[in-house]
Amino acid sequence: MSDATLSFEEAMEKYDPVLGFEVHVELNTKTKMFSSAPNVFGDEPNTNVNEVDLGMPGVLPVLNRTAVESSIKIGLALNCKIAENCRFARKNYFYPDTPKNFQTSQYDEPIAYDGYLDIELSDGTVFRVEIERAHMEEDAGKLTHLGGSAGRIQGADYSLVDYNRAGVPLVEIVTKPIEGAGSRAPELAKAYVAAVREIVKNLGVSDAKMERGNVRCDANVSLRPHGRERFGIRSETKNVNSLRAVEHAVRYEIQRHAAVLDSGEPVIQETRHWHEDTRSTTSGRAKSDADDYRYFPEPDLVPVVASREWVEELRATLPEPPAERRKRLQADWGYSDLEFRDVVNAGVMDEIEETIAAGAAATVARKWWMGEIVGRAKNADVDPGQLGVKPETIVELNKMVEAGKINNKMAAEVLDGVLAGEGTPAEIVEKRGLAVVSDDGPLLEAIDAALAAQPDVADKIRAGKLQAIGAIVGGVMKATRGQADAGRVKELILQRLGVEG
Amino acid sequence: MAAINRDDVAHLARLAHIEMSAEELDRMAGELAVIVDSVKSVSEAAGDDVPATSHPIPLTNVFREDVVGHTFTAEQALSGAPDSDENRFKVPAILDEA
Repeated sequence: MSDATLSFEEAMEKYDPVLGFEVHVELNTKTKMFSSAPNVFGDEPNTNVNEVDLGMPGVLPVLNRTAVESSIKIGLALNCKIAENCRFARKNYFYPDTPKNFQTSQYDEPIAYDGYLDIELSDGTVFRVEIERAHMEEDAGKLTHLGGSAGRIQGADYSLVDYNRAGVPLVEIVTKPIEGAGSRAPELAKAYVAAVREIVKNLGVSDAKMERGNVRCDANVSLRPHGRERFGIRSETKNVNSLRAVEHAVRYEIQRHAAVLDSGEPVIQETRHWHEDTRSTTSGRAKSDADDYRYFPEPDLVPVVASREWVEELRATLPEPPAERRKRLQADWGYSDLEFRDVVNAGVMDEIEETIAAGAAATVARKWWMGEIVGRAKNADVDPGQLGVKPETIVELNKMVEAGKINNKMAAEVLDGVLAGEGTPAEIVEKRGLAVVSDDGPLLEAIDAALAAQPDVADKIRAGKLQAIGAIVGGVMKATRGQADAGRVKELILQRLGVEG
Repeated sequence: MAAINRDDVAHLARLAHIEMSAEELDRMAGELAVIVDSVKSVSEAAGDDVPATSHPIPLTNVFREDVVGHTFTAEQALSGAPDSDENRFKVPAILDEA
């Protein structure tokens, strides 16, 4: 059953959206928040655990110093105040993703609070998002629901639990209510999460891969009639784990809320689950007594005192902020304002930087990402970085083009082959027989045939009308099924006709 | 009036997957009520000007360096599990279908 929605335009005419975000960032420390078990993604289930992660009786958590330092760095990068003194708390709930029956988190004493982030929208408008707090906590185990329909909890017969992720250090960043975004709310949502992701990646404190769940977003949306100060009732959409999904989910919820309000019904305060396949949300549980987490101070951990000296030491290690980094990269790469903004808006700045680091020239990296990959990602409906193009692939393809082994058209075909999993560029060139015909013998044959077929064109070229050469080149390309190097063909035609180029 | 009653105990027992007989519920409700009432009397003694104590010893900043230590094998991790499959803990359906 799908919910009614209004068009986004109509929703905007009638209502004013208020947003709020909780972004969870997994830190990339070597070990977990409270145990010395490794923090590694993708290992065999239940092998990166010890007695602390499994919540065995009588064990004691010990806080990871690096995780605290990373959390302070995140707080500083978000322009937050750092608490001089803060504690952990137990958030009690019964669910198989935590073997302890509580999550160790921070409640009323977050390590960082009262910050802000200036978000630049695609047209250069800057929008300030106020940060309420950033607190430390631990991740939960991973559940796989089986026996029902494709991995959904609804209708599952049982679930399997892997606790490798249990205890992985998390920082949860919570915004204050974001007002005044209007019709730019979906765009702002995406830009905000992108900015947080960029910051934590830039700090080096998280791998920041959304497809791996390193950065996860819960999006709160509420609507109120224009001119009313009081907020409407909000929904909280979970599982919004790509930048595109954040934008789509906020847009969808605005449209859904508007339809609910238009029907005269109240919006239900509830959790919504985002579904990428249908680009819609479904109702999760309503907020109820299940949300009475009975927080209390964690008796097994002692307070964290962040001396001002320590905070300043950490501040001194902060890298160049992303906004400044963008300015520097644009200057280094020599892109125009428009070229650079297109790159940023397409979400491929980091990818281009990696491609350049892998050995490509700035113009080459931009040509590939903007000219080839962004379009393919759009067709595949994924973020460009998630398409699976490795910087090395681009460097290899470009080397082949520059060496005259393949032409640009073939290179694009090889890229498709790489994405289809057919092998490395070299293997695909070999398999598909894509090499440019560089042996002059077959080219000369084709040239002679083309000249003989179009004697009037040949005469024109001899008479100095060099622009007529296109017709002959076209004939040669056709005869060689596009496998000839057009530049070389031109040279040979001119030689053949005894004309100076 | 006790702050915890027999229904509360039954609810907690169910959430924690602890099987309790009617007799055990009665006894536990009584014992927990005494504990909760005792805590309540401590709360009465501590006024608003007394900060909550989270730890009895005045320590701060007890940290561990970020160095990998010991882990269990999957077999060890699962040795106390009531049920498992594919090296993972197997738990009953989470949502009760109505």
